[in-house]
Amino acid sequence: MSRRVRYALALVALAALGATLVAAVVDLEPFGHYPGPYGDVLAKVVPGERHTGQLVAAVTFDYRGFDTLGEELILFTAACGCVALLRVRRRERGDEAGAPARPVPSLAARALGGALVGPVLVLSAYVVIHGHLTPGGGFSGGVIGAGALLLAYAAGQSVRLHRVGSIELLEVTEAIGAGGFVLVALGGLIAVGATLQNFLPLGTSGMLLSAGTIPIGNVAVGIEVAGAGALIIAEFLEQALLEERE
Amino acid sequence: MSALQATCLIAVAIIGTLVVVTRDPLRQAAVAGIFGLALAVLFLSVQAPDVALSQMTVGAIVVPVLVLLAMAKIREHDE
Repeated sequence: MSRRVRYALALVALAALGATLVAAVVDLEPFGHYPGPYGDVLAKVVPGERHTGQLVAAVTFDYRGFDTLGEELILFTAACGCVALLRVRRRERGDEAGAPARPVPSLAARALGGALVGPVLVLSAYVVIHGHLTPGGGFSGGVIGAGALLLAYAAGQSVRLHRVGSIELLEVTEAIGAGGFVLVALGGLIAVGATLQNFLPLGTSGMLLSAGTIPIGNVAVGIEVAGAGALIIAEFLEQALLEERE
Repeated sequence: MSALQATCLIAVAIIGTLVVVTRDPLRQAAVAGIFGLALAVLFLSVQAPDVALSQMTVGAIVVPVLVLLAMAKIREHDE
């Protein structure tokens, strides 16, 4: 196929796509107008039912909590698959050699990375714990926590994870988080008859200990996501490092 | 639509185009990270801080890092 024919074909396809998009956008509600009932209904019932103003957290951990449970287990499975795929090569190589050769990080990377690890971990815990009060929650907080591992790596901390058993520790962390969330779901089923339905005291809206099972779910998801994220990053890092030794 | 939202939309469009026209994958990973941050600012401007926070962590941390690490592996195989 000549260049010209390909361009002509691409133009026709793009024109068709563009026309479809324009037709779709014309039928949309005006910018900023919300037609659906769900948001309005939730805004009315959530403060009374869950004692929280954080509608997103209430939706994630209660009104569509079952989806969240599925997402949680998807991430868990993905991390397990990642570990299983990457680990084969490590066993083939054995653990005989010493620290992998790696470039010495610059002073800026060492200073910034070292100074930021602590604050980033605190930020991660803050975002997770306040998930039912302010924006954020288990997922964002967990990823931030996993990011702390990257900072430590950038700062030049020796990441010989498989030697000190840290990989196993991360695996256990991930499993505890995933299992904890499943327990919260089961608790609702056993105590009040519906999966993920609240079975804890709701407390006063706006307090740290309020909104029933939502903060518990946030913490469980935070632990799971931090563990899974750190595990995936650690396995990838180690693969890249092992390769560099040759 | 406020001026801030319009600015954010235009910024996202421009940086998105930049991601496409950047041909070196190493640079593309960095530009994609900036694109992720621009998206997060856009979400913030339409009052979706929860989504903005998730977008920030995934778009600026996870995606660039995984791309970079994967590239590190591919490069070694090429050499």
